[in-house]
Amino acid sequence: MSSACPPSACESCSAARGELERLGLKVSQWDFVVALAGNPNTGKSTLFNRLTGLRQHTGNWPGKTIARAEGGFGYNGSKYKIVDLPGTYSLRAASPDETVAREFLLFGRPDLTVVVADATSLERNLNLALQILQVTDRVVLALNLMDEAKAHGILVDARRLAADLGVPVVPCSARSGQGVADLLVEMEAVVKGTFKTKPYRLKLKVPAVGPAMNQLVTKLRARFPNLPNAEWIALRLLEGDRTVAERVADGTIGDAQRDPAQGRAVAV
Amino acid sequence: MKPPAHEDEVVALAENLRWELPRNFNDHLTEAIYAESSRIAERTVARQGTSRRLEWQNRVDRLVTNPLTDFPIMGAIFALVLWVTIVGANYPSSWLGWLLTDQAYSWLRVIAFAHLPTWMAGLLIDGMFLATAWVISVMLPPMAIFFPAFTLLEDLGYLPRVAFNLDRVFHGVGAHGKQALTTAMGYGCNAAGVIAARVIDSPRERLIAIITNNFSLCNGRWPTQILVATVFLGALVPGQFAGFVATGAVFAVALLGFGLTLLSSWALSRTVLRGEASTFSLELPPYRPPNLWRTLYTSLIDRTLFVLWRAVVFALPAGAVIWLVANVMIGGEPLAGWIVGGLNPLGVLLGLNGVILLAYVIAIPANEIVIPSILMLTVLLTGQGGDWAESGVMFETGTEGVKQILTAGGWTALTGICLMLFSLCHNPCSTTIYTIYKETGSVKWTALSTFMPTALGVVICATVALLWRTFL
Repeated sequence: MSSACPPSACESCSAARGELERLGLKVSQWDFVVALAGNPNTGKSTLFNRLTGLRQHTGNWPGKTIARAEGGFGYNGSKYKIVDLPGTYSLRAASPDETVAREFLLFGRPDLTVVVADATSLERNLNLALQILQVTDRVVLALNLMDEAKAHGILVDARRLAADLGVPVVPCSARSGQGVADLLVEMEAVVKGTFKTKPYRLKLKVPAVGPAMNQLVTKLRARFPNLPNAEWIALRLLEGDRTVAERVADGTIGDAQRDPAQGRAVAV
Repeated sequence: MKPPAHEDEVVALAENLRWELPRNFNDHLTEAIYAESSRIAERTVARQGTSRRLEWQNRVDRLVTNPLTDFPIMGAIFALVLWVTIVGANYPSSWLGWLLTDQAYSWLRVIAFAHLPTWMAGLLIDGMFLATAWVISVMLPPMAIFFPAFTLLEDLGYLPRVAFNLDRVFHGVGAHGKQALTTAMGYGCNAAGVIAARVIDSPRERLIAIITNNFSLCNGRWPTQILVATVFLGALVPGQFAGFVATGAVFAVALLGFGLTLLSSWALSRTVLRGEASTFSLELPPYRPPNLWRTLYTSLIDRTLFVLWRAVVFALPAGAVIWLVANVMIGGEPLAGWIVGGLNPLGVLLGLNGVILLAYVIAIPANEIVIPSILMLTVLLTGQGGDWAESGVMFETGTEGVKQILTAGGWTALTGICLMLFSLCHNPCSTTIYTIYKETGSVKWTALSTFMPTALGVVICATVALLWRTFL
């Protein structure tokens, strides 16, 4: 393999590429909601700025985005609202900024989650990607910082990764804009359903958990028929996650319209 | 009243089921995810040889995070940024001063007084325009240098190294290491620093970071520090050393602020916010060459002009208020004269004067307008304004003009030093106070964050003034 970025299938195919229209803050109406998630300092805000034309503060340090930011863009006649989330290492959030990210991914019901991963440290970034694949089907993995990976002599086999994860994987560099056009093609394919993802769901083989989980999942499905991530919610309940328990108790977990991930204050 | 979560049927079932599960099943889950990530990464990632860039970065990191060299390097970089700002801001400052407070001011004054009622011309030109002109000429140049320099360091990736180095210091005073990041944000804006404290998960340590953030000099206060240091301390030595002395003075005040952050964090973590410092992990990102032009553009447009705009918005009404209190006569003396006279004894006790204290009351919405308010009040109360434009007597422009006005107002080096200290230690601006309230949801902590630094400032200034007057 000569390059760190293997040619994506889209480069050779003849499908027309759409035009990106940066809408900035003009997002009163939209067809799809896209969430940008990922570890801290992987370039989510840079990608956000590139897609929306906004100038969210970016900086080379983890933890700089502390509340979510929203913007919009148009692509092939559809309008997208895109939500830039604070970086997080895990969906078992602890700090208020990580909670913002987790709440939106779990309960904000985005139409698509773009997981922005750092190609220079893929293994650590996959921890979060695998957790996100547990809770939602519609995921595209943006393999960002490919230019840096190349400079470090790191090669990532994006096709193999896509096959392993069951979702599109697009190598890109948000800073220079390389690969962003391909990313948009894949994003559109997933939100419009022309590409069916088969997200890799890690089987959690812990003895004695299975029956308990099944009992809970049955109960959860009965009460909230369109809950997309009942297994994960059941696991969180078994782990004693208090915020999830509260949402189950007050019923907000099944409320698709609810948009709870405000950057709200946490009373201390 | 909604019922507590554990009374819910599903939640209660989960609580019961948990007893039958293996106790470490949490760890099993985490391990399973880590193992799978590792397996997938092994299949998909290949390395070609050794990375020279990585070696180079590691070498730099060993130097800037070495326990022996880390603090000297941080100090040197910080001092360099300050020095470039102070020396560099001088020229555009005099130029803007000449343009706005000299040329434009006299032209507008002539036109306004010829066509408008005297009171209206005074309110508009001597009040609102002059305050705004001073805000721009005093604030804009240092900000236009300081912000881009700071942003370049941020883009380069130096900030997390600073946090790494300071972690052991913050840990030592019972605070969270990420407080280094919120402190650094506070050097831009305290309200932003307070919001940034959300990165800290422990409520106790988050409160400490919020309450002590005010000791980071914000962009409303840097220009005050720089101007006063240049005018009253740099001027004490021959010209070629003035820049160094002024830099040293501002550096010392910033360092004192950092010391007070640590001291108050320590005091809080030993008394009302008692507890152990928690550990955390912080990634050191690779050094990335900053995108020079984009950085300059965004830090100038988004940050500098944004802050300047805020300053102008507050300066316009403040200029009007100042002109009014200086021109509304009560018993043969302007209202401002009464207020300043009443505040003066307290001001003198603190090494300051009544004008400064009144300016700090007027400037509660924004620290940016402290210097313009002081200049306006001094000019109007010492009668320096009056026939300034008509008689053709102009102030010298830039810092010399400022010095001339303030010296006529009775200022000495002590006034300058105490103003720098009081600027470091006083209540946060109203935006920050409101932000603290929103973030903590508590009147008690908001009040503590407001009055603790003020009380400290009063004690420090009074002590310095007493020592100065006793020994000098």
